[in-house]
Parts: sequence; structure tokens; C-alpha cells
Amino acid sequence: MTIQQALAPRQPDEKLTTIIKLAIMAVGGQGGGVLTNWIEATARSQGYACQATSVAGVAQRTGATIYYVEMAPMGDGVAPVFSLAPSAGDVDVLIAAEMMEAGRAILRGFVTPDRTTLIASTHRALAVSEKMVPGDGIASSDEVRAAAEVAADKLIMFDMDSLAIQNGSVISSSLFGALAGSGALPFPREAFEAAIRASGKGVEASLRAFSAAYDRAQNAAVDPAQADQAKPAAAALAPEGPAALMRDWQALTDRVLALPAPAQEMALHGLRKVVKFQDVAYGAEYMDRLEEIAALDDAAHGFVLTAEAAKYIANAMAYDDVIRVADLKTRGARFDRIKAHMGSGDRPVALTEFMHPRAEEIAGMMPAAMGARWEANPKAMARLDRWFNKGRRLRTHKLGNFLMLYVLGGLRGYRRRTLRHKYEQEHLARWLDTVKGAVAGHYAFAVELIRCRRLIKGYSDTHARGLSKFDKVMQAAELVRAREDGADWVARLREAALQDEKGAALDGAILTVRSFAG
Amino acid sequence: MAERSFAREVQDLRLGKGETFTGEGILAITKALLENGVGYVGGYQGAPISHLMDVLADAEELLGELGVRFEANASEAAAAAMLAASVHYPIRGAVTFKAPVGVNVASDALANLASSGVNGGALIIIGEDYGEGSSIMQERSHPFAMKSQIWLLDPRPSLPSIVKAVGDGFELSEASNTPVMLTVRIRACHVTGSFECRDNKRPKMTVKQALAEPRKDFNRVVLPPASFVHEHDKIDNRWPAAEKYIVENGLNEFFGPDSSKIGLICQGGMYNGVIRALQRLGLADIYGNSQIPIYCLNVTYPLVDSEFTDFVKDKDGVLVIEEGQPEFIEQAFATFVLRNGLKVRLHGKDMLPMAGEYTGQVMLDGITGFLKEHAPDLLPGQMRAPNKPAPAIPDLSKTVPTRPPGFCTGCPERPIFAAMKLVQEELGEHQITGDIGCHLFACLPPFEVGGSTMGYGLGPASNAAFDGGGDKRAISIVGDGGFWHNGLSSSIGNMVFNKSDSVAVIVDNYYSAATGGQDILSSRANNATKSTQNPITDAVKGVGVKWVRQIDRTYDVPKMREILHEALTTEETGPKVIVASSECMLNRQRREKPIRNKAIKDGLRVEVPRFGVDEDICTGDHACIRLSGCPSLSLKTLDDPLRDDPIAHIDQSCVGCGNCGEVADAAVLCPSFYRADVIHNATWYEKLWQGVTAGTIRWLQSRRAAKRLEFPETV
Repeated sequence: MTIQQALAPRQPDEKLTTIIKLAIMAVGGQGGGVLTNWIEATARSQGYACQATSVAGVAQRTGATIYYVEMAPMGDGVAPVFSLAPSAGDVDVLIAAEMMEAGRAILRGFVTPDRTTLIASTHRALAVSEKMVPGDGIASSDEVRAAAEVAADKLIMFDMDSLAIQNGSVISSSLFGALAGSGALPFPREAFEAAIRASGKGVEASLRAFSAAYDRAQNAAVDPAQADQAKPAAAALAPEGPAALMRDWQALTDRVLALPAPAQEMALHGLRKVVKFQDVAYGAEYMDRLEEIAALDDAAHGFVLTAEAAKYIANAMAYDDVIRVADLKTRGARFDRIKAHMGSGDRPVALTEFMHPRAEEIAGMMPAAMGARWEANPKAMARLDRWFNKGRRLRTHKLGNFLMLYVLGGLRGYRRRTLRHKYEQEHLARWLDTVKGAVAGHYAFAVELIRCRRLIKGYSDTHARGLSKFDKVMQAAELVRAREDGADWVARLREAALQDEKGAALDGAILTVRSFAG
Repeated sequence: MAERSFAREVQDLRLGKGETFTGEGILAITKALLENGVGYVGGYQGAPISHLMDVLADAEELLGELGVRFEANASEAAAAAMLAASVHYPIRGAVTFKAPVGVNVASDALANLASSGVNGGALIIIGEDYGEGSSIMQERSHPFAMKSQIWLLDPRPSLPSIVKAVGDGFELSEASNTPVMLTVRIRACHVTGSFECRDNKRPKMTVKQALAEPRKDFNRVVLPPASFVHEHDKIDNRWPAAEKYIVENGLNEFFGPDSSKIGLICQGGMYNGVIRALQRLGLADIYGNSQIPIYCLNVTYPLVDSEFTDFVKDKDGVLVIEEGQPEFIEQAFATFVLRNGLKVRLHGKDMLPMAGEYTGQVMLDGITGFLKEHAPDLLPGQMRAPNKPAPAIPDLSKTVPTRPPGFCTGCPERPIFAAMKLVQEELGEHQITGDIGCHLFACLPPFEVGGSTMGYGLGPASNAAFDGGGDKRAISIVGDGGFWHNGLSSSIGNMVFNKSDSVAVIVDNYYSAATGGQDILSSRANNATKSTQNPITDAVKGVGVKWVRQIDRTYDVPKMREILHEALTTEETGPKVIVASSECMLNRQRREKPIRNKAIKDGLRVEVPRFGVDEDICTGDHACIRLSGCPSLSLKTLDDPLRDDPIAHIDQSCVGCGNCGEVADAAVLCPSFYRADVIHNATWYEKLWQGVTAGTIRWLQSRRAAKRLEFPETV
């Protein structure tokens, strides 16, 4: 030890700059431990002193977790003193195994423009809070990407998860490949690969994913921000079928082309949906309704109303009944899709469907008058419940079960006579009448009313809850109809309705509306 | 079988003198125990020392060779009580558990042990679960040392220091007849590094030898008048002996220049953080050579007056770096300053935060603040007057969602809470308490079931005030780990004795799952050294519960819901106990996946289930997710302009547990889910029949397609 009398600042030890500080932010279960071991092994094999830490424990089950590694050239056999945790502003390499974890790293100050190489996978593992809202609660990856571009000194960002899966491996391999390819560690590629080989598990697949990610990191390191997806051209949406039906379809698409230009594309999508749901005649009804709306619309408003109507009328007309479900479940394209999704190749696949019909669905399938009679009779409904209301598992790869659904799915000709169809038609008419009544005086308000159809979705109880939210919003809308900002309020009510299942936010919003407009 | 196997690493425990060990802190501690001639070891799992228990369990063969007894104790109290063997016999014993909760549980035994005093070295290795990654209340174990006069070691978080502390702990314990706690923080438990080994040593006396020659001494029993003598013995003899040992053997360390007008005093565990802050200030080199004197407390209790006074005597100011609250160490130093009439300015919690983890930034800010006051010239220029503001990085605090822990993919506890949520939708909200264990995740979204946790095995006990019943029954949850730890007597026995009207759900996942899948009494696995397969229902009935229901497949949500409903509405009096059993999916996958993959490879017929969602049937209302939260059940945004909201989507990590289908059925959600069983190595008959069926189905499909307009798939 030296005796130092006066305290005076000294030049910082230059060797301090040789310490490489690397943090891995991951979601529990992503294999961060394996990645850490590989990095350590690589560093040690290259004559570096290396220290890693983690915080394994129950708090990390599927939650956000962090691994931390420091390394420096081993000098004269004396080990450097390393830190056990990353510090804000003092991280050289940050590996984020998921997009929001990259966001969390930036938020915690672990990514700074003066020094940090950020290696992040752009894929998403959604947090429960994002998934459970009835609407769209998914956090914005674009905001994280924008922040990353500012915060990182060097940025490597692409979907490393799918790259790993494509190569039959898991994300730790592709992250390791991207790390090697980034050049952030002063080690040759072979050293990284040797670490994978030495670990001895799933080596070939890991090396494939490593190599693919290495190349990506060296070349196109950053995925371009998701460009506007090329919209399918109208031609691509053209169906195939018997000549007579094709002629009818052609006539309908001609009508679409007569609509205001801003609404045409959506109308084509909508038309496709309703014709697929029922038939060309139903498609003609769709066009009738849409043309009525278009007649009230004007160019000054950019035909927003017609475009929105094209979307929501189609959704309303193609409601989810037993026939539709049975039809969709028995289509050939679906079987192909499942086989592809499961990657089953030519292996047999056994399918099980989970159905749970209630009395309401059965009554809804009856001819309108008969169904209404049954519905009005609680005893009859109780009987239906007794007969039908239980979970049914249909093995649709078997002929008997398939045939049952196939026959149900073939009842499209009969659908127009069902009680459910009657209900849906009435509901649709009421809604469109309200909208049409509002257009002249309050265009924006009418547009918002059209958009409220978004609230109706789901089956059975969820569907009933959606309907009741829709009704509540439509009623509350009446209160603000005359107001200048009425349209904004309807939009707010709708957003509130999508926030939670029970409608607590909606009820709160309605109270607010009542407070000034009641 | 624990979650992580250390079978390979355990081989390193055989390394001999001169060889270098490289690995994790936990393994280094185990090696150090063997090098120091430990005679018996035990403990109770829990982060961050779960792996220490796993290592010991995996090392049983080696322990046997050395004559060391290993016990997987029933609780921390049981582990601490085991140290009684060191009271009369000159045998070194070590137990381990998490802190401070484990110390809470063990405190009865620890206090008695400390009063009796020990003959053989008694070491309690505590994993301090504090700061990031912690799953418990944020407290310190320090006051337990103070109140019972147990010495507390807090070594620097590097392998050589931790290994040395194990040996020092035994020696100190024997020199002062006092048990010693050795604290290792979360990151120190898992830190990697190297140290030079010594040979393993057999214990001087094995527990078997002790059994052959029993000893006793009534003066060691905690009964008056001996108990009064013990207190004086602690103060008059054991404490001075400890101080003497600490000073003479240099357990605490001094770094940096011999003299200076300022100094830093830190807990050993804080040392690396202090050095990093000094490195960032240019005041320490890469090897930790500091320009400011550091008094590093590898022993944080007792504190040695003479060492402290000597360190501060020429200094204007010192900063005490002590993580956690309250500031026991600083207070003790303040007493030294006052008693000895010292002039030094004592800083600590005035410059560092009272609460919370001492992260890199906190440490840097605290030390900078201290230097600004006492030695501003030492600070680098930019610290004194920062000139350039950093570029503004967009604020993501509103963007990034929190990601708390939750149930794993396919967890068998998920359907239990889905059923509970459904029952509550029918019968109204109930008073529900949780316990310690994975099932506590149920209090988070999407389930939001249960609102308290009072301690391990105390779920039903914490509903005791409501045992008398009322309009609605109280529900409590306890895991199988908690049940055997403490729950059988403190919770279930308590319910029986008090004629409780409440409902207790025992979640039996075949392991102490939250701590890493260790076997317990009711585990279904065959364990060569432990007695397993003792049914929980037998125990529950044994203490007098009459209404007991056993469910062997928790994924059966309708049945689960039915039984919960019955328990909440039955006329029957007395406690209602439901044992819901299904194997922890994490452990099951680990067990079954290799077997399944091998079977497929060997050409055996295997069905692999996975769930899927029909994209055009799902309406994107996410009702299924509100009854699941499974990581594999996520969302997908369709490229369909007609859709506003993303739809449910099941990714390839699905293990086909069945919860999705069951919930869709029980809650009457929607028909979007399907299960696809891919049949590997199908039989020729199966293939033939499948061919005929699929052919017929294809024919029917194209027949219908030919008669209508068919649109190309876009999704």
C-alpha cells in the first residue's frame, strides 16, 4: 500500500476501458442462462477473466429477468474486480430477447448513445396486461424502435425468435449469433461456435440459428420499420366458381366500382365476406345498404362514412351463427391451414373441436316463428338446455362428426328463415336507421355511431355483454347528439367499453356524460 | 427430481489441493463446506439458495463417502433445530435457507441454539433475498443476529472470499462457542468465478460416532437458572472471544492508502459495488486498488470498536455504505463515536437512501455526494460541473408494459383459478387468502384471486377470523410445499380444532415447485433417499377433516368448478378441504419430453397434442385470455382491414395441457379452439383408415366448393 498524503485526482486507470459490460434482458423461460454460459465460455477461452450473475428464482417465472456479464483481459494472473449488476449509462452490450424488454432496457438507462450496442429481437411475447383487454392493448413496438434508434450507439434489431424457430432452435442461439456478428466482443466467430459445440446439446440446430443470425447481424442488421403491408389487389380477391355465380359476382364488383373511390377497397373486402358467409344474393343486399349510405355521403367529408359503413355493415351481416362456424370448421382450406400450422407433414392429425351450444343457439336455429315461441316459454328453454347445453367435443377428423358439422354448414339456404337471422336483420336495420338519421345534421357523429359496431363480438355470454355495451353506448350517444363534440364523446365511450370486460370504464364514462348532458 | 440437475457440476466437488474450481457461488460454498470437515448439512430450499439444496442433494454420494449426513429438512425451523447436534458434540454443521423469511421461521430454534452455545462450529448460510429479483418482503436479517447474539458474516461477493468466509465462520463459531450466520445475496449466490481448492476433509467426529457415545450437559439447556448464565456468558465470554478472533485473524479487510482524511466503510457484500463506483470516478483501478481507504466489513456483527476507532482516528469524514434499513451498523458506529469522543464526521444514510437496493447509480451518487462534501478535488471535472446534457431519449414509461411473474405454459394451477373465477361469477366474490408458492400468481391479472399472503403454510390460518362462517364462506389456498412445511398443523389442524366453516384448497403439483421442483412428502416420484408418495388426503383426514375431495386432473375445469361450488354451498359443517392434484408442467415436460422424443425416434406410436385457434371464428374479444394468461396463448393481428382487434393465437410453445378447450367449454366461450393431435409413427391400419376418411372428407369438401364461390385464403 502506498502512503498518500494529499488527495489529488489521478488519471483513471486505462485498463478500465478494457472491461466489457454486457447485460441480457429476457423473459423467464427464454434460455437466458444458456446464452450467459456460452458468452462466459467464449470469453474464458480467449484468455479473458469473466464473471456472470443472474437472479434466478420464482420471481422470474415468465416475468422479466436480467443476466449480467463482465469480462476483461486477464492480466498477470490478477483478477479484476467486477460489478454484479448493470448500471445505468454503463453498459457496453445490451441483448434484449424481446421487443418490450428492449424498451425496458432503454427505460432503465442501460442503452446510451455513447457506448451501447443494442442487440434486440423485434418479436413480441405479449404481457398479460396487453392480452386481456377486450380491445387492442398491444404496446407499440414502433415507439421502442424509435427510442432504440436514438439511444443505441449501434443497433442490431430483427426477429431473432422466428429466425431461431426456422432453424429448429431457440432464441438463445440466434441472440448469440447476432452478438458474434455484431463485432461487439473482440473474439473470432470460431470461438463462439466452439462454445456452442462444447455445451453438447442440440448443437447442430443451435449452430444453424447462430450462423443465420450472424449473417443478418453482419449485413442487414436492422429490419426496416414495418412498411405498409401491400394491400391485396382486387384481382387477388376474385373468387372461383360456376360461371353463373361468377357473372353475379362480376355484377356486384361493378357496383362496388360505382361507389365513391375511398370506399371501394373496403367495400370489396366487405362484399367478399358477406358472399362467403351466405351467397351472391346476400351480397346484393349488402350493396343495397351500402349504396343507401353512400347516397347520403359527400366528397367534402372524404366519404369516410361510406368506407366505415362498408366495413361494419359487412361485419354485422356476417354474424357468427352455428351454420357459419360449422361451415368454416369443415372447409378444405382450414384442414390445410392446420396441417401447416402444426407442421405435421404427412402424419395423420386427429382434430378435436370444443363446442358448447346453449338453448339460445338452438332456438336461434329454429324457424323464426317457432324459435320465438320456444324462447318465450321458459320451460321449453330449460328443456333445450337439458338436451343440448353441455360441452361437446367433436372429433372432426372422423367421418361421423365431420358429417354432422358438414350438414350444419350446408344449411345456408335455410339460414334466412332462422330466428337468429331475424334478430340480426332487425338489429342491423335499427342501427342503420339511427345512423342515417344522424348524417345530415352531424356527419362525424354518424361516423362514430357506425364504428360502435366494433363492440359486438364473441359468442354466448361475451356476445351478450358486447351487445349490452353497444346498446349502452348508443343510448348514451343520444345524450350528446346535439353537442358540437358529440362525436368525440361517442368515440370516448367506445374506447372505454373496450378497456375492460365488465364495462366498469364504460359505466364511468357514461356517468361523466350524464353529469353534463343528463 | 429438482428442476435443475447439478450431476455434472458435483464432480467438481471432488477437486483436490492446488486444482482450480470454476463455477457458481453456490457450488463454491458446498466445496468449502467439504474442505472444512463439515459433519452434517441440511436446509430448506428457497431462492436464492435453492440450488445449494439441489447441489447437496445431487452430491449425496460424495457426502456419504466423507461420512457427512445430508438432511432435506421439513422447514427452516427444522433445519436450525438440527444444529443442536453441534451444542454438545464437536461436529461442524451447516444449514441453509433463504432470508429473512427463513430466519423468521427458524428464529425459535436459532434463539435457543444461541443461548445454549455451541461446541462444534455451527454455520447458517442464508440467501439474502433483497432487491431486484426478490420475491419477498424487503427486510434485513441483521437484527436476528443482534437479538440472539449470533455472529453475522457478509463476505465480499467473489468466490475466494465466500469460500474463505465458510472456513472463517466455522473457526469463529468454535472460538466463541456461538453459531454464525453467513449471508450471501441473490447475485452472489449465482455469481461465477474461480478459486483454488483444498482437499476435502472428513469430519473429526461423524454423527454416527456421536450416536455411539452420547453426551449431555444440563448447563446447556435453556431453562433457569442456566438461561440467565447463558446471557452473561454471551456478553462476558463469547463476544470478547469473537472480537479477538476477528481482529487477530483479519476477518475484516482494509484497502487503499494507510492514511487519508476520508474513508469508506462498507458491508463485504457491497464491496464490488463500491469499487465500481470508484472506478467510474477514476479513483480505483481495474484490480480494485483504491485511492480512498476502505474498511470492508466481512463481519457485520459484532462490530469491533478498536478496529473502527483505529480506522477513523485520522479522518475528517467517513461514509458507511450499508444496504437496507434501519441502519444498524451506522447506529452502532455512532455509539462508538460518541462514547470514545471521536471527532470524525459520520455519514451514511444521510448521503445514501435509507430504503432500497444499492444499485450502481445509487452507489455512484452516494459516494459522489460524500466526496463533494469532503474531497471535491478528487472528483473528475465533469462531475463537478457537468457541461453537456445527454441527448433526450424518448420516454417509454407509458409504452413498456410491466411483466410480473406468472404461471408457466401449461401450468396445472391455471385451471384451478379459472374455475375459481367462474365460481365467483356465479356465487359472487368471496374472501380469499393465498399462501407462498406459485399459486400466489393468481392474485395478479387475469385471475385476481386472493388478496393476502401471511407466510408459508399459513393460507388457511390467515382466514381464521372468518372461520365462524357467514353468508359466504371464506376460501384459502395453500400449496403442497406450504402444506408440509407448516400448513398441516398451523392451518388445517387449526381449522379442525376451531370447527372452521371455511374452504381450503390445497394445490398439489407433486413438488416444491416454486423453489425449483424439489421432492416433498407427497411427491409421486420414487426417490432413493427420501420417503415420497404420502398422500395429502391421508394427512388431512388424519387430523380430522371429514369433508375432503381429491381431484386428480386439475385441467378438468367443469369438475373443478363443480367441486368448488359444492364446497361453498354444502350444508355440511366443519372445514372443507379440496386437494387439487396435477403435476407441475415445467417438471413434467422436463421428465417426459426426452422420453417422448426418444420414442418417436425409435418408431413408436406417439400422439403429440397442441391447441390452435380458428382465425376466422375468433372474434378478438379475448375472453379466453382473461381465464388463462398462458404465455403460449397470445394475440395476432390479422391482415384483414375488416378486423379492428387482434385475435387469439396459440404459438408453437403450447404443450397441449387442455386448459383452453376446458375453459372454452366451462365458460361457454366460443368454438374457436381446436386440439390437433399429430400422430407420429401411425400404424398401417391407422394410415389406411385415415386415408379413406380423409379422402371422403376431401371429396365432400370439393363437392361443396364446386357449387359456390370459393375465395382464396388471405389470412
